[in-house]
Amino acid sequence: MKIKLLLMTLLLCCSLNLSAELTIEITQGVNDPTPIAVVPFGGHATSQNIASIVAADLRRSGLFRPIPQTDMLSLPTAQADIYFRDWRVLGASYLLIGRLRKNVDTFALDYELFDVLSQRKIFRKTATGDQFALRDIAHAVSDQVYEAITGIRGAFATKILYVEDLRRGPNRYRIVKADADGARPQILFSSNQPLMSPTWSHDLKQVAYVSFETNRPAIFRHNILTNEREQLTNYRGLNGAPSWSPDGARLALVLSKDGNPEIYTLDLASRKLSRITRHFGIDTEPNWTADGKGIIFTSNRGGSPQIYQVGLASGRVERLTFEGDYNARPRVSPDGKSLVMVHRENGVYHIAWQDIASGDMRVLTETWLDESPSIAPNGAMLLYATQHNNKGVLAAVSMDAGVKFRLPSKQGDVREPAWSPFNPFNPFNSK
Amino acid sequence: MTKTIRSYLTLFALVGLLGACATTTEEEPAPTPTPTPEPVVETFDEPEPEPVVADVDTVFYFEFDQSILSSEARAALTVHAEMLRSSPKSVRLEGHADERGSREYNMALGERRANAVRDFLVLQGVDASYIETVSYGEERPAELGSYESAWTRNRRVEMQ
Repeated sequence: MKIKLLLMTLLLCCSLNLSAELTIEITQGVNDPTPIAVVPFGGHATSQNIASIVAADLRRSGLFRPIPQTDMLSLPTAQADIYFRDWRVLGASYLLIGRLRKNVDTFALDYELFDVLSQRKIFRKTATGDQFALRDIAHAVSDQVYEAITGIRGAFATKILYVEDLRRGPNRYRIVKADADGARPQILFSSNQPLMSPTWSHDLKQVAYVSFETNRPAIFRHNILTNEREQLTNYRGLNGAPSWSPDGARLALVLSKDGNPEIYTLDLASRKLSRITRHFGIDTEPNWTADGKGIIFTSNRGGSPQIYQVGLASGRVERLTFEGDYNARPRVSPDGKSLVMVHRENGVYHIAWQDIASGDMRVLTETWLDESPSIAPNGAMLLYATQHNNKGVLAAVSMDAGVKFRLPSKQGDVREPAWSPFNPFNPFNSK
Repeated sequence: MTKTIRSYLTLFALVGLLGACATTTEEEPAPTPTPTPEPVVETFDEPEPEPVVADVDTVFYFEFDQSILSSEARAALTVHAEMLRSSPKSVRLEGHADERGSREYNMALGERRANAVRDFLVLQGVDASYIETVSYGEERPAELGSYESAWTRNRRVEMQ
């Protein structure tokens, strides 16, 4: 009875927090994705098919072509049961098998990755978690497989934030947190007034966003563990574009209290505000450089919106973009070497990538009205907002433009994705 | 021009009435100075007379990426300024942008537009302390849609 009650409460909580899940449509993959066989895992049967979540993760990266389970000639769950011939016939380059064990209240997945051609084991690992963490276990497996084969750290276990707008009704604006694949959406905050510019703290414990709930734009920070909210700014004019410093101590933001939009930093402990830019033009959309020593931002000081960088110690401002008459909303790549932005070309807004040292620019998207690029913490892909069938949707593109997919929403408009940093304390990391 | 003067005169004659209307349309709980000596009796049974302001534009439109007032906006704002000088009341100017380009940049653009309207009113002698400006950027479009006519309607400042 007690358990039933608890379950019902849990269900109720979940349904209250539920937002429509985003489902993925891959629109373009690499020409020759690596075939991999992800065999349904053996052992304890659960309602969640962990192997298919892993296969979906790998497919979404665009670099892999998971072999359909229906084509598999055998379903080994242990090394002794593997006939490599079965997998060579199917053209699989890699083979992933595993078994799920149930301990008292935790699950452990032992999984093994094999190179089919050389018939060699690449690794054997274990991922653990409770019954609510089966998706986390799946994403941890995907991360390990992806890294072992590509040499790039996987970002499947990361989270995203986005803004959802139902277009009508009460509390139509929502800040939603979800898995990087759009699963498990959870509404962090909803309002009758617009919400915008969600951003992560680097420890993933807090988010900041702009809310109009006071009938003016104001920056709030929101602890996602305790759900405590705090209004950080209440200045005349603009209060926007929050961006957390890499060390988590400061927030870069935009205020127009001194007459026109300028970049400031707010020290979260002392509440000391420092003005960073001084120009009569529009300065907005700050984003910290990877080393935390500078801020890149959008400014129209040169006549049209372009990307600039300011050194926090020197105060020296340098223009970074010169191609085209509209470059805005920059984000620095995790390695600090490149940036992505909204770029206008022949009146159409696309997402573009630029190498900072050489200034070489590449347009990544072919969709229309593209905005708000946000780079995955491993630097392999970015999410952005675009339009599809007259609705705001999220889409993703790899940094070399080779892989593209969409995450269409079932309801309303979805926009302003913010890809989380890596979780520094990921409890589901495999050993 | 004569049309402007005429509408201004009509408005001036009905300024007392206007004050009454304004108190009912105000959303903000901001302190509304009531210069009309007559006590305003709010009746909820009878429908209020149509606001006279309807005759003068309260929405002002802008060109793409611009915050320059059009001649139509200036004409309407001259009438508003006259009214606000003779009968001061709080006004809220909400600046908006179309959906193109980045959202926070559009917030700045919306603010520039609201400020352009405010500056014009102040130049015409309206007390700046009665004017509040707020930008909504592209977050509150007047018309949903990704085509020129919707964008034209969305690049605006609304006077409330």
